[in-house]
Amino acid sequence: MSHDHAHDEHAPHAVPLGFLALIFGVLMVLTFVTVGVTKFDFGYSMNLVVAMAIALVKALLVGLYFMHLRWDAPINGFILVASLLFVTLFISFALLDTGAYAPTQAAAALRGSTP
Amino acid sequence: MSVIPTNPSPPSAPGTDVVKAKKGLYGDEDNYITHGKGILSWLLTIDHKRIGLMYMVCVLAAFFIGGIFAIALRTELIWPGQTLMPWAEANTNWKLYNQLFSVHGAVMVFMFIIPAIPAILGNFALPIMLGAKDVAFPRLNLLSWYCYVGGSLFFLWILTGGVVGTLFGLENMPWYFPKGIDTGWTFYTPYSTDTNTGVILATMGVFVLGFASILTGVNFIATIHMLRPRNMGWDRLPLMLWSLYATSVIQILATPVLAITMLLLLAERVLGIGVFDPAKGGDPVLYQHFFWFYSHPAVYIMILPAMGVISEVISVFSRKHIFGYSFIAASSLAIALFGFIVWGHHMFTSGQSPLLNSVFSLLTMSVAVPSAVKVFNWLATMYNGKIRLDTPMIYALGFIWLFTIGGLTGLPLAALSTDIHYHDTYFVVAHFHYVMVGSTLFGFLAGMYYWWPKMTGKMYNEKAGQIWAWMVFAGFNLTFFIQFIAGSLGAPRRYADYDPRFWKYHFISTLGSYVLMIGLFGVLYNWVSSWRSGKKAPANPWGANTLEWHTPSPPPHANFEDGHEPEGVPPYDYDGWDYVSEEEGYVRKEGYVYQGH
Amino acid sequence: MSTAHSDHDHPAHLAHHFETSAQQMESGKLGMWVFLATEILMFGGLFCAYAVYRANNPDVFLFAHRALDTTWGAINTAVLLASSFTMAWGVRAAQLGQKKLLIGLLIATLFGGAGFMLIKTVEYKAKWDHALFVGPSNAYYHDNGTLADPGEAAHSSEYIEKHGDTDGGHGGHGDDHGAGHGDAHAAGHGDSHAGDHGGDHGAQADAPAPAASKIAAPAAPPTGLHADLLTHKRPVLGAGESLSTGIGAIQASHKGSHYPAFTELDPLNTNRTHIFFQIYFAMTGLHGLHVLIGLGLISWICYRAGGPMTRALLVPGLFVSVGIYFVFVWWLVSANSGWFPTTALVAAVLCLIAGALWGAKNVALTKPNPDADSEFSPGYYTPVDCVGLYWHLVDLIWIFLFPLLYLIH
Ligand code: HEM
Ligand SMILES: [Cu+2]
Repeated sequence: MSHDHAHDEHAPHAVPLGFLALIFGVLMVLTFVTVGVTKFDFGYSMNLVVAMAIALVKALLVGLYFMHLRWDAPINGFILVASLLFVTLFISFALLDTGAYAPTQAAAALRGSTP
Repeated sequence: MSVIPTNPSPPSAPGTDVVKAKKGLYGDEDNYITHGKGILSWLLTIDHKRIGLMYMVCVLAAFFIGGIFAIALRTELIWPGQTLMPWAEANTNWKLYNQLFSVHGAVMVFMFIIPAIPAILGNFALPIMLGAKDVAFPRLNLLSWYCYVGGSLFFLWILTGGVVGTLFGLENMPWYFPKGIDTGWTFYTPYSTDTNTGVILATMGVFVLGFASILTGVNFIATIHMLRPRNMGWDRLPLMLWSLYATSVIQILATPVLAITMLLLLAERVLGIGVFDPAKGGDPVLYQHFFWFYSHPAVYIMILPAMGVISEVISVFSRKHIFGYSFIAASSLAIALFGFIVWGHHMFTSGQSPLLNSVFSLLTMSVAVPSAVKVFNWLATMYNGKIRLDTPMIYALGFIWLFTIGGLTGLPLAALSTDIHYHDTYFVVAHFHYVMVGSTLFGFLAGMYYWWPKMTGKMYNEKAGQIWAWMVFAGFNLTFFIQFIAGSLGAPRRYADYDPRFWKYHFISTLGSYVLMIGLFGVLYNWVSSWRSGKKAPANPWGANTLEWHTPSPPPHANFEDGHEPEGVPPYDYDGWDYVSEEEGYVRKEGYVYQGH
Repeated sequence: MSTAHSDHDHPAHLAHHFETSAQQMESGKLGMWVFLATEILMFGGLFCAYAVYRANNPDVFLFAHRALDTTWGAINTAVLLASSFTMAWGVRAAQLGQKKLLIGLLIATLFGGAGFMLIKTVEYKAKWDHALFVGPSNAYYHDNGTLADPGEAAHSSEYIEKHGDTDGGHGGHGDDHGAGHGDAHAAGHGDSHAGDHGGDHGAQADAPAPAASKIAAPAAPPTGLHADLLTHKRPVLGAGESLSTGIGAIQASHKGSHYPAFTELDPLNTNRTHIFFQIYFAMTGLHGLHVLIGLGLISWICYRAGGPMTRALLVPGLFVSVGIYFVFVWWLVSANSGWFPTTALVAAVLCLIAGALWGAKNVALTKPNPDADSEFSPGYYTPVDCVGLYWHLVDLIWIFLFPLLYLIH
């Protein structure tokens, strides 16, 4: 067994119940907020950003506290972050590409100039 | 008994055979092969070594099937015009050709080359190289094998349907009786949404095979992280394990995207959801993004393990510490990561936007850097070494040579202007066969010969091994080098017929494929006869120092003998071993102390 | 594991190839996280398809998402969060050796997951009723440039626009708009097609629609679009046309929470309206499948955590639950004709009977057996932890799905 990881035989880290309940409460509040905030309009893109920001905070809370990443071996959190990065990579390249060719077609088709 | 593919021929001479059957191939030696008896002790085993052997039997069978299709393809192309089914209507013949190259590609990629090195050699060697008793999750490892078999059954199903359908001229069969598959191994939409061949079964097969691959990856990552022995930090990890680690990272991050691609394609076929089908408002170029986000990294799933094998073999057979250990290790990770940002080079002519075309072109060229780092380090390792040209080393040298050609021809394909000309010609076919067959297959053969004594406990016939190796090398080059020329002249790929001016290229290529086939059968014969009647292998025939050579050949069930607590050693320090001629192998020097390196 | 080789000082739960419990536990967790990474990448593909279609057809998404029920979606989010909480609490109970509490919390989690699926069923049922289902059973289904049944699409549009306005989350938006268009539809298209709007939403893919009833006449341009997609030829970008101007124009037209009506969609995009629903079903369907798998895993953990009584009752209990679910489904669809309601009822009855009989038998035959106790202890609870991680991941994905699908504005 390797020794660059800490494997000390510590007792399991049980998260205090009150703290779990607190996180749950915050998550519920954020759910209300994300629905409620649709009453306000910040513009099409900003609305998306706001919704995603709230979702990200919720995800962080779940990840850090419900999934114990806060106290876990850092590698586990690293795996999560890395997988999200690769998803981002995939989506952004695909978006860049379709964004560059899709409206082209649309515009040309509107002019009726398709070959 | 074992599941060796070489069960003794019918009991002709009862007297001797009974003795043989009783003693088996190993007498009453207790090793992992003899440790449990009966077929169930194999099918239910969770011993990584046995799972490696079971993978070996199945993967070689897949290679055989894929190979038959390859020979059929080349035979069709030996003359212009209809060759395989001269009696049939021309259309039947052409359709048959489409099915041949599709099944060939899919079987070779998903059933042979991706599992070949990780699932056979990796499964067998990885835990022992770590001094561990098993992989971290032995049951998942067995499940991986079952996924492999299950996924492969889908392809056998398609294949049977194709053979029966073609022979009896059946048309428009239901999905559960598909007439082969004719989309190519890439299943591009909208063709795959329109064809009436077995796309549904093929996507299910690929999906299940993907699970096999993922489970192997999960296991290797957890094992390398958690089961290293005392004194083995990351800097003493054999390079084979570094490359298996990098491979697993790709398997984890890329294969799930293939899975969802296949699920969406399945939904497209079954429900017609239209996400990829232009007739329904979908985007076929998006399909290609999905497909290549997996399949380009997948070519590194194929090549990285081979590079790991080569790093071991080059160092051992040069009797020299590997040159640039950390560079080779780091370049494995770099290749794994870079592999994820170049997929668009398969889409230069698909209608991908000019912006992404140029970005992907640039990024693709950068992958050549870590690849070259490896090649130069191997060459530097050999420099001034005491080189032994045993069979594994011949394959390793072949690898370096062929990988260099394959990699360098990737560059004109990565350049936008030249790719417009080369795309979908035989130049591409030659390129990827140089990297997949010339490199990965050669790496696989090098590894099989290198670990053969460890896996089976038998030595193979060295002379014969070398002769077959040269034949494979010659046959391979004869088959594929000329395709670079044909491709440059504009010969398009994936056509059953061709302009007669390409005839001599195709003719020579086909002859080469026959030579290659004979060479590979020779290799198989070499292995089979070695297993049946080879000399007993010493624990360390090569004088290597990674931990699997610190235990008997074949290893005991628990990998190391009782009481032997393996510890990490500098994997490329060969000074601790002396050649002992009575043993025909190397024996550890008494009291040798590793200096570090 | 071979008995011959396992050391005798190893505790029973420690596999032979690990040295310590801590090492085994860390390995299990690491493996689980690596597996979760594969799940994230797999869903990543769906998020990618979503992003591409939404970015290029924003008005389609603005229009079509109003078919979804924000209230139910929000309730479901809460339900799933609550079950995540009970699961996290359950892991704590396992760590502290609170065996009874652990079982209770696992069962609570099971109820949460089941509730989620029930609500999902209600939502799917509504889509089915309004011809907004997956595949060709979608009123907007386009094949080769034609809507299968424009009359049906008009009905669905009317429903979507009305529903979007009354749905809780969006209350108050665009009242002026939706109502107006709803009426227009009813007058213009709805009546003339009332006759041929039959029960079968699916099979008319090939029937050519009467030209007069084409909504916003989308036929010609999309055909051109398909043609060049098929031949891989792309029209050249005209001067001044770019992605940003396209999106900008769309954004400008949606300032002030304006939801487009179906008739207002860019005719080039109408053929992608059904794709919103296809993606919705792909995403929520795959997510729902994960919920089901999660329920299975939690049941398995519950079985291993339980004493003799829990073990005797768990599987029969699952049968009864599935039976109750089918009763519910039957109740939902009982007004429909066809084979489905009867089948649901039969399935319900069978499950209930099987569960009851099996449970009775198990209870009658179970003897108190001190050995069949919880497998878990503060020294060994890795399976609880790993299943918990899986369940939280299912929750995490929903946390993103909910705003992306239900809260577009
Ligand atoms: C060393 C750097 C490499 C570069 C720069 C490179 C570049 C390329 C490019 C640009 C193409 C697309 C050609 C076209 O379709 O027009 C291509 C195709 C291909 N490459 Fe490579 N490649 C490299 C290494 C590899 C390796 C290591 C493998 C596999 C082990 C591989 C396997 C393939 C395959 C299978 C295809 C064709 C796929 C198909 O269309 O069916 N390549 N390569
Ligand atoms: Cu590539």
